Amino acid sequence: MHIDETDIPRLEALAREGRWLVIDTVTTSKAGHVGGPLSAMDLLVALYFTQLRIDPDHPREPDRDRFVLSKGHCSIGLYSVLALRGYFPVGELATFDQGDSRLQGHPDMLLTPGVDASTGSLGQGLSAACGMALGAKRLGKDFHTWVMLGDGEIEEGMVWESVLCAPRYRLDNLTAIIDVNGLQQYGWPAAAADRFDRSEPVGHVDLPAVFRGFGWNTISINGHDFTQILSALDQAAGHRGVTGKPTVILARTEKGHGLTFTAGTYKWHNGVANADQLAAAKKELRDVEHAA
Amino acid sequence: MKAQRQVWGETLAELAGTDQRLVVLDGDLATSTRADIVADAHPDSFIQVGIAEQNMVGMAFGLSTLGYRPWVSSFGVFLTNRALDQVRMLVSQTKAPVRLAAAYSGLLNGASGKTHQDIEDFAIMRAMPNMTVLAPADEIEAAHAIRWAADHDGPLYIRLARDPVPPVFDQNYTFTPGEPVLLRNSDNGLVIISTGVQTARTTAALDLLHADGIHLRHLHLHTLKPANADAIITHLAGASAVCTVEEHTIIGGLGELVSDLVTRDGLGVRVTRIGLDDRWSESGPNDFLLDKHGLSPHRVADRLRRLLPAA
Repeated sequence: MHIDETDIPRLEALAREGRWLVIDTVTTSKAGHVGGPLSAMDLLVALYFTQLRIDPDHPREPDRDRFVLSKGHCSIGLYSVLALRGYFPVGELATFDQGDSRLQGHPDMLLTPGVDASTGSLGQGLSAACGMALGAKRLGKDFHTWVMLGDGEIEEGMVWESVLCAPRYRLDNLTAIIDVNGLQQYGWPAAAADRFDRSEPVGHVDLPAVFRGFGWNTISINGHDFTQILSALDQAAGHRGVTGKPTVILARTEKGHGLTFTAGTYKWHNGVANADQLAAAKKELRDVEHAA
Repeated sequence: MKAQRQVWGETLAELAGTDQRLVVLDGDLATSTRADIVADAHPDSFIQVGIAEQNMVGMAFGLSTLGYRPWVSSFGVFLTNRALDQVRMLVSQTKAPVRLAAAYSGLLNGASGKTHQDIEDFAIMRAMPNMTVLAPADEIEAAHAIRWAADHDGPLYIRLARDPVPPVFDQNYTFTPGEPVLLRNSDNGLVIISTGVQTARTTAALDLLHADGIHLRHLHLHTLKPANADAIITHLAGASAVCTVEEHTIIGGLGELVSDLVTRDGLGVRVTRIGLDDRWSESGPNDFLLDKHGLSPHRVADRLRRLLPAA
């Protein structure tokens, strides 16, 4: 698989802008999640700007690739990327969570162009994606279904019903991306071996072995390294119609990544930046861009 | 007499022959729900999901986004309770054309008892926006309702009783969604409204009263939601009392629906709700349970006698 390394600076710039839109929007709306959208941003940018076969002008095109944000509380991360990709104006992000908005706190497929499933009740997205992938197989359609879960989210029992079922139907047109950002809202007391200020949700689990045991292909990457992300996405898409197994990308990330004051702390699962923090964020995310 | 679950399996097996959108998802209860009839006749229209109702509802939603009209089959209680959040968020909220086929609905489930008794389903499903809630009276009406449901473009829940009941309707019956069905008319001030297969037992109760020269107006409501409120009210004209009869907790079901209408319109009609009290039931033969909970024909008849306006 050939990765276009020359495209990576563009993707990095988009991810910085996406992170800025997250923190700026949540600050303006005074509601929303921060840490999860920031950890997922590089993965979302790579998906929407290099991998998904989609047309923002025709968001309901029947043969488009599907994307389900199962960790629906990270909606502002998805909305920021959808806006940058042209599904709706970036200025519309200011309506997030404000009432009468197409941009709900948790994604609503009936309202937002480009949103393929209503999510937000954790654990449900993978089952929806399984149904889409199974439907595509039955109809002979060649699109790929992608779904993103959080590492905290996979504590939900329902996830494992879907993990068990997907290989049964040989859904190699399905890829689950797990944003292993190492933190959840509050979580568990940290131990010495933990990366952050609380214990990893599934740090005690050998996830690659677990998913292999269930009959999945597994790919483990650094979820902030675009070379690795692009390679993993291509590899997973290449499994469609070939391996007879669904694929999971275990993307090790950092919650709150990209902003010094939000990185690696559970305290920024959600929150609203103050004026100083927003100024610091602007300096960190936008001044780099403008200097480049 | 055929059980409604049998009628469901046979009707879907017939429809699956011509409707490629139709798929039946099974949570490993096909020999009970009779989804096995579909599996035998049209294996390609049958999707086994395993003992995982939450994933089953989610997959049905996913399939529906590609133009399928999925039927999710399980015991009703596992759809309304085990998969409640999935039905709420992935079906009701999204307006997905997913049909929830609730086999073994109600109190009577082959002596399985409390775990399998689906007696809060009207309350739960009526509270869901966009949801259509059906409870046919017998096999004839079930067949009509299932055919209508197969083409319905939205979320739908249908009760399908485990065991056969005496016929209420004949082959001339036509199903009109949302409309109450006037089964017998009378000018007596007490009007009876029933739903689901309890309508068959209520009919038997009214036969007992009829033999004693007592004639009551009887309405059957097969659509709990959306119900034609004005039509129900029209049928209450001249009544001083109304009694609802349902194989469901008295909380949130038919009785509450009628009470709400009477209150809404300030009718000054006394409403009595016959149904299951707010307590757990048990395992037992059908006749035992119906008698114990006041839903057998003679228990309903006795209760109605006490409600009659003084002569």
